[in-house]
Amino acid sequence: MDYLWAFLVGGGICVIGQILLDVAKLTPAHVLSSFVVTGAVLDGFSLYDKLIKFAGAGATVPITSFGHSLLHGAMKQAEDHGFIGVAIGIFQLTSAGIASAILFGFLVAVFFKPKG
Amino acid sequence: MGKLGKQTWIFENQVYINETATVAGPMEAQGPLSETFDITFDDLHCHEDNWEKAERKILQQSIQTCIQKARLQTDQIDLMLSGDLLNQNVTSNYAARTLSIPILNMFGACSTSMETLAVASALVDAGFVNNAIAATSSHNATAERQFRYPTEYGGQKPATATTTITGGGSALVSQKPSTIRVEAATIGKVMDYQMGDPFDMGSAMVPAAYDTIKTHLADMGRSPDDYDLIVTGDLSSIGSPILKDMMKEDGINIDDVHNDCGLMIYNSDQPVFAGGSGTACSAVVTYGHIVSELRKGRLNRVLIAATGSLHSPTMIQQKETMPSIAHGVVLTREELS
Repeated sequence: MDYLWAFLVGGGICVIGQILLDVAKLTPAHVLSSFVVTGAVLDGFSLYDKLIKFAGAGATVPITSFGHSLLHGAMKQAEDHGFIGVAIGIFQLTSAGIASAILFGFLVAVFFKPKG
Repeated sequence: MGKLGKQTWIFENQVYINETATVAGPMEAQGPLSETFDITFDDLHCHEDNWEKAERKILQQSIQTCIQKARLQTDQIDLMLSGDLLNQNVTSNYAARTLSIPILNMFGACSTSMETLAVASALVDAGFVNNAIAATSSHNATAERQFRYPTEYGGQKPATATTTITGGGSALVSQKPSTIRVEAATIGKVMDYQMGDPFDMGSAMVPAAYDTIKTHLADMGRSPDDYDLIVTGDLSSIGSPILKDMMKEDGINIDDVHNDCGLMIYNSDQPVFAGGSGTACSAVVTYGHIVSELRKGRLNRVLIAATGSLHSPTMIQQKETMPSIAHGVVLTREELS
């Protein structure tokens, strides 16, 4: 049952993205940033955590969970350090993803010569 | 004398296409017209370091092959009229750097093929030049980068999108008699029916094709029956039916004679969305297939209306619509006495 919900919720999020591309004629970059913002906003109302609990990877894999993680980290540090905590914490939960993007980007740039 | 009606030029002093040369990329080489290309590449890079160099090589080879086939030397070419899709016409300019032929660069987006041919013919007709080359090129990956997304980005495309063809086409125009005469040209007006989707250029360019073909027929006092073929440049499977409908509403039926270069160049089972587009699309189809059919006598009179969408990515970001243009050139078969 978990798999089914993960599939339906994750797939549903992707369907919304596809509709935004095809019908609303948004660019891929617009869809991406809208999803990040939506994830953050939903987390602001504590809704995204409920979705993760319900659908598991169906909610954590799509990019909406990145927005959720940004806000989560920021709010946690804000509790301890006030406003400055927002800046300290925003990348706390997402740092592994961002760091690996930089690392792998660097490695690819070192070893390969772009021809595109 | 020269001008007929509103927008049509008649070349009264016998202007001919003596030779043509076409170069095509891998996808085009798998299409139905592969036999009509002089040179084909099985790799988009064309053994070069980057896409831009590849496109330059394609244009250069098409020009050089054209000159060779005509048994001329480069210094016998008085003028080259050339254009492509890249900013500042870099492909043409950088190709001209190596070729050392006087050049006039032109930009009419995908209508450049017939724009260069029309102006080359006018200059030959008027006696300013003896041998002129009209050349154009486009490359799938350079156009993707310039007009759509970076090639490694992998953005999705809707079914209305067209595929920029990789290729280059050149024609040598002079007064030396040959079987293919450039009879007339109709210079188009910029049209805009307020369409702004760069992934549906076929629809956006229909008004330009419609206006140019209609004006051409009126100026010449002809009907579609006077032509064996009326081709548009790259209206694709989306724009072509709309054009036929618009013509029909005016009582002009082109159903039997119309075809679109963007549909002729690929097989229907190739993954090209709505069809081919690009500056080279009408050029390689005209200078390859159509010229060969005229030589063989299977076609006698053809109107090529090359269509171009004149937008830039910046204009799209500023929510502007896409103006378009079409230039028509008539090629007729002439028996050599």
